Amino acid sequence: MATVTIRNLVKRYREAEVLHGINLDIADGEFVVLVGPSGCGKSTTLRMIAGLEDISGGEVLIGDRVVNQLEPKERNIAMVFQNYAIYPHMTIYKNISFGLRTARLPAAEKDRRIRAVAEQLELTPYLDRKPGQLSGGQRQRVAIGRAIIRDPAVFLFDEPLSNLDAQLRAQTRLEIKKLHQRLGSTIIFVTHDQVEAMTLADRIVIMRDGHIQQIGTPTEVYDHPANTFVARFIGSPSMNLLPGAVTADGGLALDGNGPIAHPAARGLAPGSRVLLGVRADDLRVQSHTGATDKAPGLQLSGRVSVVEPLGPDMLVYLDAGLDAGTQQVIAKADTRQTLRPGDEVTLTAAPETLHLFDEQSGKAVAV
Amino acid sequence: MDNIVGTKSRLVWVVNLSALALVLLWLFPTFGLLVSSFRDRDQITASGWWKAMFPAEQTLQYRAPGAGDAVDENGVFVISGNVFEGGRGSVKSFGTSARDPGAFPAGETVPADDGADLTVLQNGDFRLTSATEFEGRRGMRIFVTSVTPPRFTFENYGRVLGAEGLGRAFLNTMTVSIPATVIPILVAAFAAYALAWMEFPGRALLVAGVVGLLVVPLQLALIPLLKLHNEIGLGKSYLGIWLAHTGFGLPLAVYLLRNYMVGLPREIIESARVDGATDFQIFLKIILPLSFPALASFAIFQFLWTWNDLLVALVFLGNTQDQLVMTGQLKELMGSRGGDWEILATSAFVTIAVPLVVFFAMQKYLVRGLLAGSVK
Repeated sequence: MATVTIRNLVKRYREAEVLHGINLDIADGEFVVLVGPSGCGKSTTLRMIAGLEDISGGEVLIGDRVVNQLEPKERNIAMVFQNYAIYPHMTIYKNISFGLRTARLPAAEKDRRIRAVAEQLELTPYLDRKPGQLSGGQRQRVAIGRAIIRDPAVFLFDEPLSNLDAQLRAQTRLEIKKLHQRLGSTIIFVTHDQVEAMTLADRIVIMRDGHIQQIGTPTEVYDHPANTFVARFIGSPSMNLLPGAVTADGGLALDGNGPIAHPAARGLAPGSRVLLGVRADDLRVQSHTGATDKAPGLQLSGRVSVVEPLGPDMLVYLDAGLDAGTQQVIAKADTRQTLRPGDEVTLTAAPETLHLFDEQSGKAVAV
Repeated sequence: MDNIVGTKSRLVWVVNLSALALVLLWLFPTFGLLVSSFRDRDQITASGWWKAMFPAEQTLQYRAPGAGDAVDENGVFVISGNVFEGGRGSVKSFGTSARDPGAFPAGETVPADDGADLTVLQNGDFRLTSATEFEGRRGMRIFVTSVTPPRFTFENYGRVLGAEGLGRAFLNTMTVSIPATVIPILVAAFAAYALAWMEFPGRALLVAGVVGLLVVPLQLALIPLLKLHNEIGLGKSYLGIWLAHTGFGLPLAVYLLRNYMVGLPREIIESARVDGATDFQIFLKIILPLSFPALASFAIFQFLWTWNDLLVALVFLGNTQDQLVMTGQLKELMGSRGGDWEILATSAFVTIAVPLVVFFAMQKYLVRGLLAGSVK
């Protein structure tokens, strides 16, 4: 068990710089998820921590040791790969024991540990089988077993759930979380799926184009996205972003819609362009038009274009009344409401649920 | 839907039929060779191998003993004997002149030359009787059309392996082929791993070099190599031919194995590295077992090629009995025994027997290894 510290980490392939100086402190026993779209550098970062990629600049520390020049095996890490990477020609027992090969332990102790790990992961009945005879979920458990048998300082997971089907993914996700609670070890987990990131992480690191966009707990990044990228990336459906400008009296005027009061807008110069963010969950859909109770916050009128029932609630896609319906807004509504395509509705949102971003830089404007 | 299924099954039929045709095409002569190699020499000349199971009808010419062997039996001079001279057979008909060798059925008594009478029984016993004394030292010619039962024998094999020297040549070929297969695989497997998975400057250039070497004809190197062998004292020896075959086989081996190894999942190797394995351990414990199909398919190639090789053996080995390989021996037999089918058929079968066994034992790796190397 150990901390991991990353200082100004840079990765260059010839001239192209793909990672532009990343800084990250991971506490002992913390579960950190690196998340971002493909090509954002999250896997590269993980592989540099593992020692599978050379470090072009900066430092990686595991514990208080700089590991830049160390071979993977000297870093005391274990890694689980997306496509399992278990050895197809060895039995499950051999696969799990592979990491113990060099350990100076008596054979009986090794055997005891292998069986204990297999028991933990419910692999005991399959110990004598070859990987080809196992299902995807079982294979991934073998890969995890091979990692935990070595009792490493840091676990690295590289999209371990991507190859599993939806049901198995949820189940394995839960197992990984339980594993972390039981072992209490430091885990760095890479995924492109924000749901995995939200459910698993103690802290989420959102990356894009080789830069860290935001680091925070799941609640922080959900409630206070640092910029429009994070706002769109985290949460499903994505946050609605409505363009507008700051009015002379410190309020906010959405393009093609009336002015609304927004406390944060006061700090901005009149006329500056902004984006108003609001999550689908925070929007109330009122089916009667013109019911303008003068509550503060957002009010939008629009026409329903598509309704997607999800069971407990439904997603409503609306052409909001901004510039004659150019803007699509997604809202969540109760299934008890009867909404049909073409219905005229009013959307409202409480002022504290609104987010404000600078249109130019995309950065959040402090409330 | 029915239509689609219908077309597909028809196509499958076409494929199966062509496969069957190809199989028959080479199985037929091979089987013929096998049958011929067990047949009696005389029967090979009398009938084709497809009639091997039936009695062969052939015309024999027998010269009866001369006048000196005649016996006087109560004033009748008799010459008797057996046309098969103790061999097996059954006379169907006989004759006294070459123009009509099957003129009379067996058992009949017919007049022969010089007032003599000839009787030939079915079992081959003949009796030549004459009232006057026989003259001349050369006996009369008797023609019989005989039916001999099929006869299968190992004599040909005994003869070919022993007297004709093919047994020794067989061992010589083994002595060439086995090390000439094992050595390049050992070398190429290491090289292929390095070229596929180890980072070092100039790697791409080396791979390109190997591909370039693939197209160099080996004839180009024969004379310079032999000169080199003579200069460093190897001369014409087994070590020399092992090295030569290794050199000629290496480009293909490295290329084939590298392509296969490159196709192995990167994660498996990285995972082993994270688990603390050194390059050598990764090679030994992960790469080598996983590359078995490619190794086997190259082994088959190299073995068959060195087994059938004549050119390299002629250049790098001597002509003496303890260095002549089987192809060389076969070539000599073709010259000296061109008409002896039983020798040639047997030699041919001895020669192809080992490749056949190797091929059938490892054919599934051959196909898989070839596909895996190229298409992945």
